[in-house]
Amino acid sequence: MVRDVGLAEEIAQDALVTALERWPESGVPDNPGAWLMTTAKRRAIDELRRGKLLDRKHEEIAREIEWAQTVDMAEQGSAMDDDVGDDLLRLVFTACHPVLSGDARAALTLRVLGGLTTEEIARAFLVPEPTMAQRIVRAKRTLAEARVPFEVPRGAELALRLSSVLEVIYLIFNEGYAATAGDDWMRPTLCEEALRLGRVVAELAPTETEVHGLVALMEIQASRSNARVDPSGAPILLMDQDRARWDQLLIRRGLAALDRAERLGGMRGPYVLQAVIASCHATARTPDATDWPRIAALYDALSEVTPSPVIELNRAVAVSMAFGPAAGLEIVDALGAEPTLASYHLLPSVRGDLLTKLGRFEEACAELERAASLTRNARERALLLDRAAALGCERPATWRS
Amino acid sequence: MRFMMIMYPGAKGEGAALPDPKAMARMMKYNEELTKAGVVLALDGLQPTAKGARVRFRAGKPTVTDGPFTEAKEIVGGYWMLQVKSKEEAVEWARRCPGADDEMIELRQVFEMSDFTNAPPEVAAAAAAIGEKIGRS
Repeated sequence: MVRDVGLAEEIAQDALVTALERWPESGVPDNPGAWLMTTAKRRAIDELRRGKLLDRKHEEIAREIEWAQTVDMAEQGSAMDDDVGDDLLRLVFTACHPVLSGDARAALTLRVLGGLTTEEIARAFLVPEPTMAQRIVRAKRTLAEARVPFEVPRGAELALRLSSVLEVIYLIFNEGYAATAGDDWMRPTLCEEALRLGRVVAELAPTETEVHGLVALMEIQASRSNARVDPSGAPILLMDQDRARWDQLLIRRGLAALDRAERLGGMRGPYVLQAVIASCHATARTPDATDWPRIAALYDALSEVTPSPVIELNRAVAVSMAFGPAAGLEIVDALGAEPTLASYHLLPSVRGDLLTKLGRFEEACAELERAASLTRNARERALLLDRAAALGCERPATWRS
Repeated sequence: MRFMMIMYPGAKGEGAALPDPKAMARMMKYNEELTKAGVVLALDGLQPTAKGARVRFRAGKPTVTDGPFTEAKEIVGGYWMLQVKSKEEAVEWARRCPGADDEMIELRQVFEMSDFTNAPPEVAAAAAAIGEKIGRS
């Protein structure tokens, strides 16, 4: 399959080395020969794809082998499927191990499970390729040095580590959904990758409500992709979006995933709660039809499950929509001293919006200017400056157009 | 990118009795694999043409014909909507479908709004307007 014998040996050797590193911890797998072959084949396919053997024919061969291999497994019956599924799950948990930083986990997950090239991942995360390559190499080395076992954790550790997996997937999604630096507001590929990973994990761990919750949340957020940016690339806020552009297929999928979570019962976790909030927006035909009191109540529940200043800020917005700007401002003012929000542009942005609604325009101007100075996203800054201009605020010298 | 996989059952047409349970089981397994891989967005089987209708147009006038329709080659049996990274990936999935003799899958890439964002602003705006009118995102 790999024409270059030297490369083939290198790849097989690599697989063996991996085995020798892992098996002492995880134990020898039931079918060591198959494991080695699978690993070696996957590496070989990887090498071929990376274009070490640039010939297009090799790509085709690689694909055929991979599918033949999968068909082989399918023909050998569901026991093999379980093995593949288990391996995938082990891979997910290993790549998302907390010994790695969030960035490293995301990069490794995308490389190993997402099938993205290092170059693609680098572009998506706005770092140079050598930096990303190093990040991935270091991540693998860290796992090896920490002797992280290639396994699915059990018991109490499973719940903990699952939240790490979900965190990584959502990090990837958010990276694609809203850039924190640079001028482009969206990098859709990452959203698709995260969604796919989420869906895969949902099938691998179907009894975990939070997995379905995360999938539901991502499907619904992704449903708004085409409504969030205008033709010139400027951002459009949720309440101003043209709902005819919301992807009903994704909304339907999100609601279905949410339904799966709810039917499993148990206490609603943070992803499920956020997904329910998202579903409130998704099912409101017009902005006026939004059930704000329900959303406010959901944020109450969410702030009990995962208290955080950002959630509190979102709760303030919901409360203001349900019960008036003064009620919302009370909550926002209480966050004024919150150190973690000191550089968070949405705090002054929300405060500015509430002050505007209360007719306190001068104070609103100050807040919008502050918000504009805090955001690193050029388009977001433009949006904030537009709002200030609409109020008739005086333009200080520090504003850039 | 999204691809629609359109299944044409082919020569056997609609006269067939209840579908072979083994064939159904194989198809269900295939659909499960699509789901496990996180690539299928939607899939539907279509009921016999006897329950359907066709609308043809001439000089702005529509003409409605109720089914059944007998031209076996034209009859669509069902579809899948896939989210994939490339046409090649879509093709791979289509190849893995447990198709019977004479069955054919046609793969078509779905237009998405991003297909228009690199166009000149006027074109993008026109495309957006069309999308808006038919309630498509």
